[in-house]
Amino acid sequence: MEKKLPTIEIIEKYCKGCHICVEFCPTKVLEMQGFVAAVKNLEACIKCMQCELRCPDFAIKVKP
Amino acid sequence: MAFDYDKYLRPGKLPHIWCPGCGHGIVMKGMIRAIDTLGLKKENTAIVSGIGCASRLPGYMDCCTLHTAHGRAAAFATGVKMARPEMTVLLVGGDGDGTAIGGNHFIHACRRNIDMTYIIMNNNIYGMTGGQFSPCTPTGAKASTTPYGNPDPAFDVAKLAIGAGATFVARGTAYHANQIDKLITEAIQHKGFSVVEILDDCPTTYGRRNKFKSVIEMMNRLKDIAVPVKAAEKMTPEQLQGKVLTGILYKEDKPEYCEQYAKVIERAQGGAK
Ligand SMILES: Cc1ncc(C[n+]2csc(CCOP(=O)(O)OP(=O)(O)O)c2C)c(N)n1
Ligand code: SF4
Ligand code: SF4
Ligand code: SF4
Ligand SMILES: [Mg+2]
Repeated sequence: MEKKLPTIEIIEKYCKGCHICVEFCPTKVLEMQGFVAAVKNLEACIKCMQCELRCPDFAIKVKP
Repeated sequence: MAFDYDKYLRPGKLPHIWCPGCGHGIVMKGMIRAIDTLGLKKENTAIVSGIGCASRLPGYMDCCTLHTAHGRAAAFATGVKMARPEMTVLLVGGDGDGTAIGGNHFIHACRRNIDMTYIIMNNNIYGMTGGQFSPCTPTGAKASTTPYGNPDPAFDVAKLAIGAGATFVARGTAYHANQIDKLITEAIQHKGFSVVEILDDCPTTYGRRNKFKSVIEMMNRLKDIAVPVKAAEKMTPEQLQGKVLTGILYKEDKPEYCEQYAKVIERAQGGAK
């Protein structure tokens, strides 16, 4: 069975580019694109929710 | 499902004013999840603060909120709780607000054991006013007012709270985001004065002056120094050098202030002797 990919929404107007989500994602799903975070490798996401929990700016929503 | 924070926020207030990587936002999210876990009603939840970056928190929350004078949040919150003991009262603020100008209010709220929860965001500095040292700035650290290094030892907020009589004391960090809501939830459930210290970061006024190259370095420091109380039991004093304990540090049942005061009223009105 194909695994269901999560949806990761990054609200760019809230993101302040702190790098926290990128740095602490255990599987390196995210990257910085200029000043905002972006999804680089959705397939690798293990849906741990750490990025959503740690983002100080309410800028990431993960729907597993 | 992604957690719906918007439900608890005043519409149109984001983005908030905190700097990139400031941990205050992480703490606010933890507090919201605790409110959600307990199913607290907005009209029955008061969030009270003093002055500082941390104290800006109530402005974002769609609850009953009170942004008061610097260091005086405990006094205002006491008034709210005395008038409406059925309300859940949360106090929020920074280390400067709570242990410098508000130190007196802080210890006496602990001593009284009034049923509320105090979330103190300890970033070791006066963030809002540009980085003056606070009673929680570590010895040797640089602040705008200690350019050659701080000669003072820092308060241990948790020990201060326990010594002053708080009946629930816990500590977490902004890095350990998923623990914050659990600590706050237990703190709110405890009947009496509960203190939750969250070790926090201020990259803008503390990090820069103290050779942290980035927010990530500050977060990694929080990650490295934190030792859960259970794990610490198996560690030697040498291994615990430079570490701080996290989790629930103290819990005790003692008479609560509003209940004691209700008895005073009863006696004064000629009821129970
Ligand atoms: C009576 C009074 N004295 C001084 C100030 C200036 N002041 C505003 S915020 C602050 C310190 C805030 O530090 P802290 O509570 O640690 O919050 P942070 O900004 O670090 O989150 C000070 C001294 C004030 N607003 N009112
Ligand atoms: S949910 Fe976990 S694995 Fe997925 S992007 Fe966020 S931090 Fe990375
Ligand atoms: S943690 Fe939030 S604010 Fe920081 S870079 Fe990621 S999305 Fe942006
Ligand atoms: S000055 Fe410091 S405490 Fe204030 S918002 Fe910026 S990082 Fe946070
Ligand atoms: Mg501070």
